[in-house]
Amino acid sequence: MAKKEMDTRFAKFGTVSFTGISQVNDFIDHLEQGKLMGTRCTASGRVYFPPRAHCFESMSSDMEWFEVTGSGKLVSFSTLKYAPTGFKEDLPYTIALLDFGDCKVFGRIDPAVPETELAVGMEMRAIPAKTANGQLTYVFEKA
Amino acid sequence: MGKVGIIGVGQSRFVRAYPGSVRELAFEAYREAMADAKMTPRDIDATVICSAPEYDKQRSPAGVIAEYLGLNPQPTFYAETLCSSGSTGLKLAYALVKSGLHQAVLVLGFQIMSQISSEESQERMGRGADIQWESPFGTMMPAYYAMHAQAHMAKYGTTPEDLARVRVKSALYGQFNDKAMIRKPATLEQFQDPEHFFSGPVATPLRGGDCCANADGSSCLIVASETVARSFSDKPVWILGLGAASAPVNMAGRDNLTGLAVAEQAGRQAYDMAGIGPERVDVAEVHDCFTIAEIMAYENLGFAKPGEGPALIGAKETYKEGRIPVNVDGGLLSKGHPIGATGGSQFRTIVLQLRGEAGEMQVPNPAIGLVHNIGGVGLYGNVAILGRE
Repeated sequence: MAKKEMDTRFAKFGTVSFTGISQVNDFIDHLEQGKLMGTRCTASGRVYFPPRAHCFESMSSDMEWFEVTGSGKLVSFSTLKYAPTGFKEDLPYTIALLDFGDCKVFGRIDPAVPETELAVGMEMRAIPAKTANGQLTYVFEKA
Repeated sequence: MGKVGIIGVGQSRFVRAYPGSVRELAFEAYREAMADAKMTPRDIDATVICSAPEYDKQRSPAGVIAEYLGLNPQPTFYAETLCSSGSTGLKLAYALVKSGLHQAVLVLGFQIMSQISSEESQERMGRGADIQWESPFGTMMPAYYAMHAQAHMAKYGTTPEDLARVRVKSALYGQFNDKAMIRKPATLEQFQDPEHFFSGPVATPLRGGDCCANADGSSCLIVASETVARSFSDKPVWILGLGAASAPVNMAGRDNLTGLAVAEQAGRQAYDMAGIGPERVDVAEVHDCFTIAEIMAYENLGFAKPGEGPALIGAKETYKEGRIPVNVDGGLLSKGHPIGATGGSQFRTIVLQLRGEAGEMQVPNPAIGLVHNIGGVGLYGNVAILGRE
């Protein structure tokens, strides 16, 4: 019997991906096309970011993709001076959380934005990007 | 239904590198707890073994450890909720005893972390967070807590010096704890000294002095029914309240980063079950994996109003002589944090305090003690309230 081909698109996400297979692997294609997307349950209307394949409210798997657009408020951030295994080359880098109202998004600040220009509450956008090692990601830029 | 008590406590010294295997390390805390309870292996009905996996090679450690302790053929269970594994084990033991299934249950927490590098351990600890959506950004525990510190500073004007005060208090008491890994005094000046590791940034705004250290260690608690407790012990310490909660793993699922919802929820449950409020607590052990974590604990447990945690320690109210002494054994910051052993060590301290056996760390005549033990970045939270007769 031929070996079944695995959908491991998610392995392309972030400097080091720890997940290969996921039922929301289309997230990767959207990111590749320049869109940061979450899922919305067509039954309950509940919005999910990070995207999910299942809604715990309606128990449905009937999800549609929506694009995270506009700007979000910077909830908090931290610049790492040490990194876990696999991320040393990226140092220093700043992780952050943005609040878009309907959903929050965790990620990294664009390395071009100096930490001194960051302040909790400022408006930022999430922009699809590539990591230094050529993987897919998104970064937060000043709105 | 009768009460459930803790009648034996034990702890190994917490050290940077234990010269032995996991089972041997476990034996050190076990021997001390059994001597404390004056029990022999046949008096124990079941064991709950607590640790976070992946720091050592042994898979399914419960069986191996139960055998080494001489506790075959009694049943053994494995409990894991990251850094709060020990207090989760205690809650399971309480349920096993309260249900009548068992009369005396031994809870043993352990961790050997020294066999892997600090970077590897950060990566493993980081994988206690959301590996699909957060770990690819290069997260680690100090950075998550740093985000909480940043949010607390932005909302309430908390300063790096407020955080440093937690380390200074911790270090004061760590000197008196012969089980602690770090037993040197600390000063606020050390946070200003570029030569001192306390001042070096780890994940802004947290500095070296704001973070606890990995350690190897074990802890042991013996939980018993009222009948068994009274037959073995003159000074049983009773479990009066237990609370536990969980929260979304991804920071994107949290309402705010200025506190930990699990601590607030678990605290409320524990106070309700014990029928008391925070003002009745005489001594507390809180999960100070980072200095900001202790400040948030003050607020989440109701020792201070939201935003007023820094003022509480600023006025030294959490010192031994203060209104609510917190972590007068040095806390995780001084003892070190061998993940699975930490919860049990916190319980041991409170039991010794309530029995009046805490030596130089003793607060005057406490009747009610509290334990706050957090797993991950507020992913799991356990709060317990203990009392003496």
